[in-house]
Amino acid sequence: MDALNKTFERLGGVNLLPVALALVAFVLIGAPSSWVTLTVAGLAMGMMVFLMASGLSLVFGLMDVLNFGHSAFVSFGAFVAATVLAGLSGWLASDSIAMNAAALILAYLAAIVFGLVAGWFFETVIIRPVYRDHLRQILITMGAMIVAEQLLLALWGGTPFTVLRPHFLEGSWIIGDVSIEIYRGFAFILGALAYVGLYFMLNRTRMGLLVRAGVEDREMVESLGFRVDRLFIGVFMLGSALAALGGAMWAGYATLITPHLGAEMMIIVFIVVIIGGLGSIQGTLLGAILVGLMSNYLGFLAPKMALASNMILMVAILMWRPNGLRPAVK
Amino acid sequence: MTLLSLKNVKTNIGQYAVLHDVSFDVAEGGVFVLLGRNGAGKTTTLRSIMHLWRPSPGSITFRGQDITGMHTSDIARMGVAYVPENMGIFGTLTVDENLVLATANGKIDQTRLKWVHSLFPALEKFREKQAWSLSGGQKQMLSVARAIIEPRQLILIDEPTKGLAPSIVDAMAEAFRDIAKDSTILLVEQNFRFAKSLGRDMAVIDDGRVVHAGSMADFAADQGLQDRLLGLSM
Repeated sequence: MDALNKTFERLGGVNLLPVALALVAFVLIGAPSSWVTLTVAGLAMGMMVFLMASGLSLVFGLMDVLNFGHSAFVSFGAFVAATVLAGLSGWLASDSIAMNAAALILAYLAAIVFGLVAGWFFETVIIRPVYRDHLRQILITMGAMIVAEQLLLALWGGTPFTVLRPHFLEGSWIIGDVSIEIYRGFAFILGALAYVGLYFMLNRTRMGLLVRAGVEDREMVESLGFRVDRLFIGVFMLGSALAALGGAMWAGYATLITPHLGAEMMIIVFIVVIIGGLGSIQGTLLGAILVGLMSNYLGFLAPKMALASNMILMVAILMWRPNGLRPAVK
Repeated sequence: MTLLSLKNVKTNIGQYAVLHDVSFDVAEGGVFVLLGRNGAGKTTTLRSIMHLWRPSPGSITFRGQDITGMHTSDIARMGVAYVPENMGIFGTLTVDENLVLATANGKIDQTRLKWVHSLFPALEKFREKQAWSLSGGQKQMLSVARAIIEPRQLILIDEPTKGLAPSIVDAMAEAFRDIAKDSTILLVEQNFRFAKSLGRDMAVIDDGRVVHAGSMADFAADQGLQDRLLGLSM
């Protein structure tokens, strides 16, 4: 068994799972063009879910906080970005790619700034009094989620909100028989860039070292002379901003959003965090890609199974690795 | 000169009173050993000094300054290092990253690093290895190395020889002698032979109270006192 495990790790270990899943799907789907389209869609979905989940994973791992209110940042990020895009509809309709891109950047920046400010407020007012008390954390963050959803309803109404897309992200790239939606390609690239940035921050900076160390043993980090509570605020704000950015990107992907968007995404986000391993960015990425691919492949092969697919995936992975695929703490 | 002073320190963990009345002074320089049976309150004493558990009431002063209510990180920044019983190693970080984290500005003084490597050669060999893959002895070396990678006035070390092979214990004793030339060590230890070889002063804690304090030489010479205060567990 040990030899088998060693060989598996030498070949790439759990990183090979998305590849294995894609190969199995290739055989089952049969048509290469459909397989490419579904794979790109799965990767794009995975990257957007990764953005929403990475902050939750860090907050979970570092702060030991069960934040069910995380979905509020996703929803508000989506609505804030959609509102900015609606306000800049003239720029979006322009033939100038620069104008299009400027509107999109402003929309994403607005979502990120909202996430940072709301994250600071949320951590200071709601989370801080309930550190180390999971039951109260669940209750208070669930309450905050409900309040946030009602706030969204009050501000934007209950009818679905149409999200405008920049002109240059409309349409598809056609390569032979393969059709790839441009927005999905864009979402994949942006998500990958965010991952690289996060990876660099966590592995090449002192702040990242502290976060990784804090995930393992916060008491020891304090004994080395660092204020973990201040680090917590930074991580919480970063996590909230990432969730808001993920929500903003998802809004452009879905094009029609409701105040329930965050709550609907949270099930997937929690599954990703659990199967990836708490506090691990690499694990979160791996989990998000697996979930994205699985949803798209099964949505095509067995649509009735699509909803259950991620639950089955989670159960299977937890039976194999109870701490997730790549837990932060060894 | 007194470096650290505990006066009537009482510490509760939840509803349980663990330290009832702990008072002792640690003079500057050398090794001060805290002895006692399992569960006597030695670890709680170290954790109370670091404010990882809040002592109340009582007072703890370091270099004449009251640190009783100070935040752990501020106590550490005053020059107090802590090596916990579980070593507190960050397993997913490399050996070098563990050391870098213990520096104030993120830069390791190379002369100091050479000295640390001379004390613990294994750490030089495994600089880029993730700490979880080290052996128990190497992890203990890393834990101590992290405490001395920058000059500290006081180093609190909790049972460093627990579970280590005799050869590593001897190497550790040699390292502690070298470290104690520039820093003061407050050592919690169950291995009396090891403690005796290092300690200048000592105190015995029993049931959350200091029941004896004095010089290690006198205590080591009094077999009757050892039997009475430490029993067979040592």
